[in-house]
Amino acid sequence: MMRIALAALAALMIGPGLAAAQQGPLHIEITDGVIEPLPYALPTFVAETGDAGQMASDITRVIAADLSGTGLFREIPESAHIQRFSAFETPVSYPDWQAINAQALIVGGVSMQGGKVVVKFRLFDIYSGQQLGDGQQLAASPASWRRLAHKVADVIYSRITGEGGYFDSRVVFVSETGPKDKRQKRLALADYDGANLNYLTDSSAIVLAPRFSPAGDKVLYTTFETGFPRIKLLNVGNVAGTLLPEVPGTMTFAPRFSPDGASIVYSMEQGGNTDLYKMSVSGGAPVRLTNSPAIETAPSYSPDGSRIVFESDRSGTQQLYIMSASGGEPTRISFGDGRYGTPVWSPRGDLIAFTKQAGGRFHIGVMRTDGSEERLLTASFLDEGPTWSPNGRVIMFTRESPGAGGGAGLYTVDISGRNLKKVDGIGGASDPAWSPLLP
Amino acid sequence: MTFAPKALLLLTVLGLAACNNPDKYGAGNGVVDPGGAYGDGGVSQGSINDPNSPAYFNQKIGDMVNFMVDQSTLSDEARATLTQQAQWLNGHTNYNAIIEGHADEQGTREYNLALGARRANAAQEFLISQGVAPNRLRTVSYGKERPLAVCSTEECYYKNRRAVTVISLGAGS
Repeated sequence: MMRIALAALAALMIGPGLAAAQQGPLHIEITDGVIEPLPYALPTFVAETGDAGQMASDITRVIAADLSGTGLFREIPESAHIQRFSAFETPVSYPDWQAINAQALIVGGVSMQGGKVVVKFRLFDIYSGQQLGDGQQLAASPASWRRLAHKVADVIYSRITGEGGYFDSRVVFVSETGPKDKRQKRLALADYDGANLNYLTDSSAIVLAPRFSPAGDKVLYTTFETGFPRIKLLNVGNVAGTLLPEVPGTMTFAPRFSPDGASIVYSMEQGGNTDLYKMSVSGGAPVRLTNSPAIETAPSYSPDGSRIVFESDRSGTQQLYIMSASGGEPTRISFGDGRYGTPVWSPRGDLIAFTKQAGGRFHIGVMRTDGSEERLLTASFLDEGPTWSPNGRVIMFTRESPGAGGGAGLYTVDISGRNLKKVDGIGGASDPAWSPLLP
Repeated sequence: MTFAPKALLLLTVLGLAACNNPDKYGAGNGVVDPGGAYGDGGVSQGSINDPNSPAYFNQKIGDMVNFMVDQSTLSDEARATLTQQAQWLNGHTNYNAIIEGHADEQGTREYNLALGARRANAAQEFLISQGVAPNRLRTVSYGKERPLAVCSTEECYYKNRRAVTVISLGAGS
């Protein structure tokens, strides 16, 4: 859909004999403890063609926003830099960077070539005095310049943390306008940082809780366009949607894809009772997964597709349960005080994020898949609906403020509970779903 | 973003489709719905003193029953209201009803949808038990999407935890 041509996405060696330093001393271990952000220098990328000046500056700023936005890195302002780069190939003067306590240095160049933006960059470990990893070169159409910046930032983040990146990704969510009793909702799509906002539906019907397919090319969501909640499958590329087959007299909602993208698990309400079902994306009869008079909803697959975590009030209050993906007897995993809902399995498989209500407050939290090591990451009047970054390190969620003038927005927090931030530039918003890393 | 123009094009089409296909249970077809999800549709409700008028049903009898936190059990007061609703519906068989279930904002979105469905179903079952033909009734849940009152205190929350019987002139019943 994004007609992007990352022409040379695979690592391209720049200059001979610059071997990758796989395990250099420049490394951040992302742990639960409070860390001192790693100071880095990011001189504005060198404009290598006369028409690339603005692009070089813009790309540099997006890379800095990505890195500093994690809370793991702190940029040393360019005004403090001693060495200046007039060319991408200028040799690094390590003492100049040591003198201002930079630990990492990113040097880059931007050029316009045949209608494409070409970015190349190198990452240097200042204290060991060597390059970290190979230089790389990426190219894309000018309209996709932000993606180039995110790709560069992802590589830098990965090399320093040893984790996968998450900047070149998007979020599908519900855009909200108007007061609480007349709220207008429409489906929207933006980059993870709120840039490139686009609307996928109009606001003629309530829409809820969109979810990306594993490949990021389709979205499942709940719409009231028939007057009743029903699940719709939307092709993100051409914005064409199809209502899933309906059992007459039922409501269907809370859909989510299986990790192979072939099935959909969802809630169906019939006669006041809500249970979990699954169906093939290509159609066919629904298969019932739970059969209880309680509310079963908010299902989410494990990354290997073998299990489903969901919420049920069969014990009397909302709690979290895990069952086989084919149904069968579930195991309860939440036992703390309060109510637990909207569980989402982390892409790494190790944690489950959830919404917790206790003591009149809402929290986003994480726990291991056996329910142990519960940690609450946030607290507010109303936090709900977590979604994982592609690398499983950051959670985005909805925060709504109280009262007549209350509104909803999207926030991110990392899984240690640090770096709580609002996603700016998208207005009122709820029900985020984070895409996989873009191809 | 090469798809932006396509998106605009499609939104135009969607907009047209919405105009040609108004919500069949919404406020576009003579539904009178002061407590429902879409408010008063602007259609005349008749006089509250005319026992045959929608205004009488909505306001004199009361189109709405309320619930306790997390509950779908009908209170004595709710049963009394629903009993009168059933009597009115039994005497006015040209009307059908959609029963909307609603929840307050103190809950997660999916759970509240399911909870609203429980409430709507509880009201529907009661109406059926009072002789209203099942094929005249249908339920829908709005979860916490359409609060009636917007403050964030129990006073408003109680109003929002409701099942609303939205009557409309039905064809062929």
